[in-house]
Amino acid sequence: MTDAPVIAARNVWKLFGPNPVSYLKSMPEGRDYEAIRQDGYIAGVKDVSIEVARGEMLVIMGLSGSGKSTLVRCFSRLHDITGGTIEVDGQDIGKMRERELIDLRRNKMGMVFQSFGLLPHRTVLENVAFPLEMRGQDKHTRRERALEVVRLVGLEGREDYFPRELSGGQQQRVGIARSLAIEPDIWFLDEPFSALDPLIRREMQDEFLRLQALLGKTIVFITHDFDEALRLADRIAIMKDGAVEQCDTPDRIVLNPATEYVRKFTEDIDKARVVHASGLIRAGLSGDGEPVDASASVQDMARLLVSDRRSAIPVARDGAVIGALSRDEALDILVGAA
Amino acid sequence: MANAVMSDGMNARALHTMAPGRLALVLVVVAVLLTALQYTGLLPAALHRIPESLIPPIAPMLDTVFNFIKDDLGLLAFTRWLTEGLEWLLNVTANLLFGKRRWPNIGPIPWTAIAGVAAVIGYYLGGWRMALLAGGTFVWTALVGQWKIAMETMSVLVVAAPLAFIFGLGLGILAWKSPAFNRAIKPVLSVLQTLPFFTYLLPAVIFFKVGPTAGAVATVIYAIPPMILMTTLGLQKVSPEVVEAGKMSGCSKFQLLRNVYIPAARTEILVGVNQVIMLCLAMVVLTAFIGMPGLGAKLLAMMGSFKLGRSFEIGITIVLLAITLDRMSKAWVVKQPEHFERGTPWWKRHIILLSAIGVFIFFCIVAQFIDVANSIGRRQSLSIGKEIDVAIKGFLAIDAVKSTTYFLRAFVNVEILIPFRNFLLSIPTPAFILFIAAFALALAGRKQAVLAALFFSFVALSGWWDRSVITLYSVISAVVLAMMFGLPLGILAARSETWSRRVLLACDTAQTFPSFVYLIPAIMLFGITDIAVIFSILIFAMVPLTRYTIEGLRSVPPEMTEAADMAGATRWQKLVNVQLPLALPTMAVGFNQAIMFAFFMVIIAAFIGTQDLGQELQRTLAGTDLGKNFVLGICVSLMALTFDLVIMKWANDRKGKLGLAD
Repeated sequence: MTDAPVIAARNVWKLFGPNPVSYLKSMPEGRDYEAIRQDGYIAGVKDVSIEVARGEMLVIMGLSGSGKSTLVRCFSRLHDITGGTIEVDGQDIGKMRERELIDLRRNKMGMVFQSFGLLPHRTVLENVAFPLEMRGQDKHTRRERALEVVRLVGLEGREDYFPRELSGGQQQRVGIARSLAIEPDIWFLDEPFSALDPLIRREMQDEFLRLQALLGKTIVFITHDFDEALRLADRIAIMKDGAVEQCDTPDRIVLNPATEYVRKFTEDIDKARVVHASGLIRAGLSGDGEPVDASASVQDMARLLVSDRRSAIPVARDGAVIGALSRDEALDILVGAA
Repeated sequence: MANAVMSDGMNARALHTMAPGRLALVLVVVAVLLTALQYTGLLPAALHRIPESLIPPIAPMLDTVFNFIKDDLGLLAFTRWLTEGLEWLLNVTANLLFGKRRWPNIGPIPWTAIAGVAAVIGYYLGGWRMALLAGGTFVWTALVGQWKIAMETMSVLVVAAPLAFIFGLGLGILAWKSPAFNRAIKPVLSVLQTLPFFTYLLPAVIFFKVGPTAGAVATVIYAIPPMILMTTLGLQKVSPEVVEAGKMSGCSKFQLLRNVYIPAARTEILVGVNQVIMLCLAMVVLTAFIGMPGLGAKLLAMMGSFKLGRSFEIGITIVLLAITLDRMSKAWVVKQPEHFERGTPWWKRHIILLSAIGVFIFFCIVAQFIDVANSIGRRQSLSIGKEIDVAIKGFLAIDAVKSTTYFLRAFVNVEILIPFRNFLLSIPTPAFILFIAAFALALAGRKQAVLAALFFSFVALSGWWDRSVITLYSVISAVVLAMMFGLPLGILAARSETWSRRVLLACDTAQTFPSFVYLIPAIMLFGITDIAVIFSILIFAMVPLTRYTIEGLRSVPPEMTEAADMAGATRWQKLVNVQLPLALPTMAVGFNQAIMFAFFMVIIAAFIGTQDLGQELQRTLAGTDLGKNFVLGICVSLMALTFDLVIMKWANDRKGKLGLAD
């Protein structure tokens, strides 16, 4: 993660209303969501600056209407932004011409939609091959590739079915396969599993993690389900009224909520499952004896924490000690006092 | 203090809501006064009818404009040039279907081959029943000896419908892409849809020569508006995620339209196709009035010479054709693609296409050897027109029937209809306009009232006031009568699920019949009289009334009827207090349609010989009175539009107030 960010958004605004560009220019500094609404505009995205590193999985979460879908649509320029800049691989996508934008989407981006967005008149295979067809690839090559991806998402034998002949979970597999057909570098997923029932959702999350382990793409994932976010995310961005309230690792969001809203949002979360040893390392502490693994959650360490007598326990990653955590602090998290 | 403020607020609000009602009342009072003055003979003649000298020469002015466009701007040369392409197409279909001697000179296709292919297509779209309907229709047509005239009609239809589809689709896409264009054509479309068909015919004749070409042009223009509307509607309804998926797949603008929008709007577009086909059929039949040969012309001739048996048979052919085309295109709307199992051989994947080709070739060969399979001559046909004639005459001679029709003719006509007509005619023009404005004001609002007054003022200025009033009289009396039969029928049918379905099916089917057909029973029962006109409008207008009454009543949310039941309402109380008020907006839509249908039918009924605008319109067809034709057409259109504006506004307001979704 040392190279330049894949997506870099700086002071991005997206306003909906009659004349957003000139309104934004004349708008006084520091106007809040409600005041903007009084002026007849909706702030879909409000002054967001965020970066996504290569290979990272950023989960954007928030309640419905918080602007998370709008933000992700700004990243792919499905929406034209009102102010600020968005760079993808160092290129300002706001300045791209139509042709360049189409090329970008044809070669670098894939997107999965909440209600699948499948073309009803095309079979599974034709849906998956659709982006390749748009790219102008010949029939044979695109069939080969489409079959490959259909196999990858486990829909073998259903190639000739039409979307309406499939279950919701299967339809979303088609959506995923389609978004992967062009081997994108960046993968956008807009609440891909919320339309599915809980059992299928779990199964699809596992499937998704498997694919990600296999492919290692840069991912922007939207959800309103905190458990889902925690399962998947490297970092979580929490949005409210178009603005990003906090963007951080799950540990830090739970331990150090930046705002009152984030604190309330994370209140009911079982912190012991979320916080890892690495997140508890405190400067100035050093412990002796057997270290714990950095990736262990507080819950994983429960037995040790209760029975151990040390006040500081060393934390190690790949066998090398990287710091130490305070046992009392960890115990507080375990019993829910933090 | 607070109280005072509140009551002030209430007063202001009360005034605000009262105002249109009070204004309407004032208008009515003035109108009644004017009418009373007229009866006492005190009203100056100039206020009763606009004096001839004040009527602007609209028709000659329009004639000048048309002549300028047509001759000086060279439009005539242009359209005649266009005509050649169209004529070539029509000649090809004419040759194939009924053997007109033109290129490619291979027709006519044997009737058995066409019936066979129709059956295969029917089977593909809707199984054996549809196959039977489609094949059966063509077999019937051939057997009763109407093959040639039916094919004359079809040869225009198969050219006009695809053309209307292409133009409608293109304009629909344009209207969807450009909001400005959409705004510009919306009012034009609503005028086009209320314009009586005679108004389409004459320009077509003048610009495109008499005969099939003019018929085809009029038909195409007539059928385009709904296609535009359905296309725009369908494209607007495409789910945003599907569009975004297309964009993220890297579609260019054209690819997006071609591969995403149009296929995703398939249902609406196909509904548009269904409407195009049905309107084309209706219009092709009506082009008989400008001398286009085919089913319509034959029907016209037969009715004119009072050969009811033959008329009846032709009517059945038209109805069968309409039902077949309607059912098949509707089946196409709901037909969803199915996948084939893997390893299905290619001939199995294309079995329908192959069998259609097979059936076609088979019958073509058979026809070479067996003459009857090729064409059925006049002598061989199974027409029983004469026998039906005798039967009808026998039926009408039965005393009960005779006395009923006589009573209707004598009593209803003399005691009700004629006095009503004379009363309407006696109202001074300004009073009439005030009545209409008051009606619009009370039901809809100021804007509608102003438009209504303007529209009717134009009618007054056109110089065709009396005939317009007679047209209106026919429409009103027929719609009132239709309500007396249609509403109870709808209310009764809505009480049971099965009957609702049956009656709705009957209404659906009846709506597909070309309007012309409705004249047949009217003439059969009442001969060529005023009553026959009213009667034919009555059945035609009853269809939407009954239909929307049922739909309105059936769509009342069950919680509300259950609440009424639990409140101990009797059936009658429930109907009056719960169901009817909630169904009223929907019923109003039916009422509106009934009026539109009535305006349409009243013009067609001119054939029977009425004294209204229809008669005059028909007369203009004989000459080349383009200006007059237009003025008359616009008079009808404006009157129809007034009702359309007012009633639809009222229905929408009402729906909003009741919190019912569209």
